[in-house]
Amino acid sequence: MNLHLQWTWFHRLGSPRWFYQKTQRWLPWLSFIMLSLLVAGLVWGLAYAPPDAKQGNSFRIIYVHVPASVVALAGYYLMAIAGAVGLIWRIKLSYMLMRSAAPIGAALTFIALVTGAIWGKPTWGAYWVWDARITSMLILLFLYIGVMALRHTYSSHEAADKASAILGLVGMVNVPIIYKSVDWWQTLHQPATIKFTGAPSMHPDMFMPLVVMIVGFYAFYAVSLILFTRAEILRREYRASWVKQLVTDKLAEK
Amino acid sequence: MAATNILKIDNLAFERNDTLLFEPVSLQLNSGEALHIEGANGAGKTTFFQILINLLEPSAGSIFFRGQTFSKCRYDYLSDILFIGHQSGVKATLSVEENLRWMSPDNTSAEKIALALQSVGLEHYANMPCYRLSAGQHRRVALARLVTTTASLWYLDEPFAALDKQGVAFIEGCMQQHLNSGGAMVFSSHQDLVKIEARSYRLQSYREVM
Amino acid sequence: MYNYLSGGFSAYLYRDLLLGIRNKTDLVKPLIFFLLISALVPLAIAPEAERLAQLAPGIIWILAVLATLLSVERLFSDDLQDGSLEQMLLSPNMLILPILGKIAAHWLMIGLPLTLLSPLIGIWFSLPVVAVIPMILSLALGTAVLSLIGAVGAALTLPRQGGVLLALLVMPLYMPVLIFGSATIQSAVDGLDWTAPLAILAAFLAIAIALCPLAINAGLRLAKNG
Repeated sequence: MNLHLQWTWFHRLGSPRWFYQKTQRWLPWLSFIMLSLLVAGLVWGLAYAPPDAKQGNSFRIIYVHVPASVVALAGYYLMAIAGAVGLIWRIKLSYMLMRSAAPIGAALTFIALVTGAIWGKPTWGAYWVWDARITSMLILLFLYIGVMALRHTYSSHEAADKASAILGLVGMVNVPIIYKSVDWWQTLHQPATIKFTGAPSMHPDMFMPLVVMIVGFYAFYAVSLILFTRAEILRREYRASWVKQLVTDKLAEK
Repeated sequence: MAATNILKIDNLAFERNDTLLFEPVSLQLNSGEALHIEGANGAGKTTFFQILINLLEPSAGSIFFRGQTFSKCRYDYLSDILFIGHQSGVKATLSVEENLRWMSPDNTSAEKIALALQSVGLEHYANMPCYRLSAGQHRRVALARLVTTTASLWYLDEPFAALDKQGVAFIEGCMQQHLNSGGAMVFSSHQDLVKIEARSYRLQSYREVM
Repeated sequence: MYNYLSGGFSAYLYRDLLLGIRNKTDLVKPLIFFLLISALVPLAIAPEAERLAQLAPGIIWILAVLATLLSVERLFSDDLQDGSLEQMLLSPNMLILPILGKIAAHWLMIGLPLTLLSPLIGIWFSLPVVAVIPMILSLALGTAVLSLIGAVGAALTLPRQGGVLLALLVMPLYMPVLIFGSATIQSAVDGLDWTAPLAILAAFLAIAIALCPLAINAGLRLAKNG
């Protein structure tokens, strides 16, 4: 009985229609959480956190840069796992999630790169430095663009989904290797550049707003992923009767 | 000899871009039988063959080979089929004989290879690289496999394309012999075959039910 | 002559080598590319031995990456066009062995000649003699990894035949090989221990042999659905 219940739940979760209707109710709440976290984090980080001893006020860009990088990397794993779930259990919804995750992740990676460059100017005196993290971010951007571009190789989207999922998995195995390699390469060539020390050495007054921003970015990611996936569902399921019903209802409202 | 069931297809359907390509297919094939797959261009004949040979995965339905589900007898099934499709699989830089050897089962004797080449009229070309052959001769190299194969289930997708009368007669002969010896086959062709007694199955393009 | 039905590793290795030997121009192209571009480098930078020697490890590895990328594109596309890929996928045996056989043939025809040519490039770039053996070893291991990863990209981009997309897919995955490959040579030049980066390259090769054929197998099956 229990197993049976679990399976029906599993399949409902896999149903695009179920996802579409459920998220309709989640969206306002998630958006509210996202907005309050982002506003609180930004105001706290930009106005109230103390300036950095060495970098002054320019360090405040980390309140955008760090969350964007963190979520972009996590997003790659989410995308690859969604693809794997699609390959193994043949759940269409999970392919739709994978497809939606790619452009969002690429955009976040791009934001991380741009903010990194802006931050680099006052810190290192140059917009681009082949720092380990920035280099890794650049490679991550290529990986995302690759997943997005591969789709156009295939004329049927069933094949495109599978191919992207395979590429995502290959990338997932490689991402840690790439990160470690770039780290090692960095220490080999530039043993004494400024290291951005991690969280523990940051003052709590600086660190807490960062935590708020990271959680806020995750909420932003969730909201965008849901919105993208809902659009993808409508695009792919336009023949389904419930989508047609939805459209007629919307038109009737007007 | 009692006819045994070789192939059974149950409600086989294939989706491309979320649309079914053809109406779900259900059919049976017994030993000694030939099945002629018909259908308009674009009805999915080639796709249907690719599902049968396990290149594409069906979106729904199942295939049974000698009463077993496909996943249980994958090895036996694939060892016992012969597929000749639109592309011949002939390598242009290899010679006629090398190509035929590559495409024939293990331990095919030299006599058998020679016989096969003779029956498709290529015995004088055995050592010629295939890029020097005409399109029809190219096709004959692939079709010479019909003589060397030991498979009991043949899938022939448009075997008569690019062939002259002689070539057609050769294939018809091979097919008849295969059927007489208890083999089975599925083929598609735009030409009407008078000589081979075959059931026909028409693939219907899928029509949406509103 | 082997046949496709029972054909495993050695059957495909043998056939692809035979095809390669009969199509000599395809074989020689990447090598000529490798040599030509190497000859351009001193002209573009400076004929000073010291500066060239400094850049040599990196340049040799970048050229190895480009030459592999250039050739790996055709690994499966000829087979797709003439239909022999279809027949290969029909083989009742595990596809992993034929795939590895084809990649081994590719390495023997591209990676190995590049490796053997590299001392010549080393001389052109005034690479110190101590670095020659590490260079050969790193190229031998590294180009094999490049062939394996490149084959994954070639399999996935098969319906539209590679090109820039293949480079986009494969380049990020090549990064670790490039880093440790050139580091092996650089360490030898600097008189450091070069066996550590070389050992990591060997580890990459082991991982790639184990995992790449799985992805290639899955990718090749999609080509027909393209």
